[in-house]
Amino acid sequence: MSDTTVPAAGPADAAEVARLEEVARRIRVEVVKAVDHAKAGHLGGPLSAADMLAALYFHVLRIRPGEPAWPDRDRFILSKGHSSIGLYAAMALRGYFPVEELATFDAARSRLQGHPDMTRLPGLDMSSGSLGMGISAGMGMALGARLTGHDVRVYVMLGDGECQEGEVWEAAMAAPRYGLDNLVAIVDHNRLQQYGWPGDGPDGRLPPQVPGELVGKWRAFGWRVLEMDGHDIAEILRVLGEAARGDGRPTVVIAHTVKGKGVSFMEGRYFWHTRAIKPEELAQAMADLGEPVATGEGGPR
Amino acid sequence: MTLPMGRPMREIFGETVAQLASEDPRIVVVDGDVGSSTRADIFEKAHPGRYLQMGIAEQNMLGVAAGLATMGLIPYISTFVSFAVVRPLDQIRVLIAQTGANVKITPSYAGLFTGQTGMSHIIVDDLAIMRAMPGMVSVAPADDVEAAAALRWAAAYAGPCYVRLVRDATQRLFDASYRFELGKAVVVREGAGIALVSTGSQTPRTVDAAELLAADGIDALVLHVPTLKPLDVATLVAVAERTRRVFTVEEHTVIGGLGGAVAEALAEHRPTRVDRIGIRDVYPESGPNDALLDIYGLSAARVAEQVRTLVRAG
Repeated sequence: MSDTTVPAAGPADAAEVARLEEVARRIRVEVVKAVDHAKAGHLGGPLSAADMLAALYFHVLRIRPGEPAWPDRDRFILSKGHSSIGLYAAMALRGYFPVEELATFDAARSRLQGHPDMTRLPGLDMSSGSLGMGISAGMGMALGARLTGHDVRVYVMLGDGECQEGEVWEAAMAAPRYGLDNLVAIVDHNRLQQYGWPGDGPDGRLPPQVPGELVGKWRAFGWRVLEMDGHDIAEILRVLGEAARGDGRPTVVIAHTVKGKGVSFMEGRYFWHTRAIKPEELAQAMADLGEPVATGEGGPR
Repeated sequence: MTLPMGRPMREIFGETVAQLASEDPRIVVVDGDVGSSTRADIFEKAHPGRYLQMGIAEQNMLGVAAGLATMGLIPYISTFVSFAVVRPLDQIRVLIAQTGANVKITPSYAGLFTGQTGMSHIIVDDLAIMRAMPGMVSVAPADDVEAAAALRWAAAYAGPCYVRLVRDATQRLFDASYRFELGKAVVVREGAGIALVSTGSQTPRTVDAAELLAADGIDALVLHVPTLKPLDVATLVAVAERTRRVFTVEEHTVIGGLGGAVAEALAEHRPTRVDRIGIRDVYPESGPNDALLDIYGLSAARVAEQVRTLVRAG
C-alpha cells in the first residue's frame, strides 16, 4: 500500500454503492445520448468522471437541488469544463432541472452551454472552460468560507491535462499558505489529453503527465495527496470521506480513471475526446452501458 | 498658473479602502506581493485578517478574488496596472466580467509614472482593453479627490469594475465638494472655441494646457471623462455642438481608449473632426516622470503646442 492510499474503513453500504453505480450508469447513458443528439461535445472526459460525479452529487455534497443558492451548500467547480455534459447529467438526475432538458445541450439559447456558464444555469457554482481557473476560484471560495464563518467544503475537479496550466500551480502554491483544509481538488487522471505529444502511448500519443509524477508534484507544493480508483464507488466514498476530514492542509485526490470509461470502443482512445457518434456506434455504446436502444420515430434522444 | 499638486493616488487607495473596510466587513484586499508599493500595507495595518497575500501569481489572484466574491466578500485587487490587466486577462474575462463578480480591480502604476521601470511595467492600452470587455466598467480618476470618490463608489457598485490609479503625486483638479458619478463627464473648464476632452490624471495637465492656449487667443473648453464605459455620449455631443473642433488628450495609446471612444461616439451621433493626442503606437521607455511627459507630448506645454499646431494648420 502506498502512503497515499486510504485504509479500508468498514464495509461500504452495499445498497448505497449499488445505487450510486446505477446513477453513474445513467449519467453515462445521458452523456452519450446528449452528445449524439447535439452532434457536438466531449465524450471521453465526462465518461471518465461519471462515477465521481455520481458519488459527489448523490452522496458527498451537502446540497439542496431545490434551493441551488443555499448559502451553506458545499461548492463544486468543474474546472475541466469541457466535461460539462457529465455535470449536467448528474445535476439533472439529482433534480436541478428536468432530465429532458439535456436534449438542449449545446443548442442555441440553452442553459446547458458547451462549457458551464453560471449566469445561465442555477446550481453551477462557477463558470469554467478556460482551463486552470477553477482551482483558483475554488481556493477563493474556501478562503471566503473561512473568513465568513461558513462550514462549507469546496470540491474542484481538474483534468490531468489541465494540470499543465501554470495557474494550477499558482493555486497549488497559494492554498497551503492559508491551511485550507476545506478545499478538495480531484484530478481525473485519465492519462489522455486532447491530442498530446507523439510517442509510445496509446494510439501513438503520450499521456499528459509522466505516470506517477502528479503525486509528487502536488505533495511538493504542500498538499495532502490521496489516490483512488475513480471508477470504484466504494473506494470513492471512502477516499472522499477521508478528504473531508481536514488535517490543516488542502487535499488533492488523484483519481485513476480510464478516458471513455464504460463504452468499449472509446476507452483509452484519445480521438474520442470529442467526436460525433455514428448510428452503429451509438447502438454499441448503449449496449455497453446496458441501455436498450429506443426505436421508432426520432430514435434515442 | 498651474493646478496645485495633490497626494499620490496609491496612498489614497490604502487609506480609503481601509476606511471602507471599517464600515463594511465584506471588504478585503487581495495583494500580488506589491502591497508596500500600492500602499495596501496601510490596509494591512488596519485590518490584518482581511489582507490576503497571494504571492507573485496574478492569474490565481484574480481567480481567488472571483471565488471570494461568490462568498459575499468584496475584494479590492492590489497590484500594478500591467499585472492586473494583461497578465490575468483571461481570468478577468471568464471568471469576473462574464460572471458579474463583485471584484474591484484597482491597480496602481497607471500610465507613464511607474517609478522608472520601463516597458514591462508601462501599459498604454489598459483602458482600450477594459473598455472593450463586455460587462466591465472602467474609471480613470483625474486626481486624489476623484480617486477616493471612485474607490468609495466601487464598494457600493454591485459588479466588476476597473479603477486605474497613479503611483506618484499628480495635480489636484477637484475640491472636497466633488461627487463622482458613473458614466458622467464633467466640464472642468468653460470655453467656446475648441474642446479638449481628457481622462485620468492627464486632465489636470490638459486644463493647464488650456490656460497656455488662452494666452494665444485659443478659447478651449476642457471636458473630463472619468468613465470610458459607460461613455457620457449626451454631454460629449453637447460639447461638440458648442465648440468648433474636438481634441482628445490621454496618457494612453490613441488607439481604442479615450480617443477611440470619443471618435466612435461622435461619428455616430454628431460627425465632428476629432484629433487624438496621446501615446502613438509604441512601447514607452523608463525615465523621470517629467522627461516622459515631454517625450510623449503630454506635459501641459507639449499638449498646448500640438493643439496650437493643429489649429493653425486648419
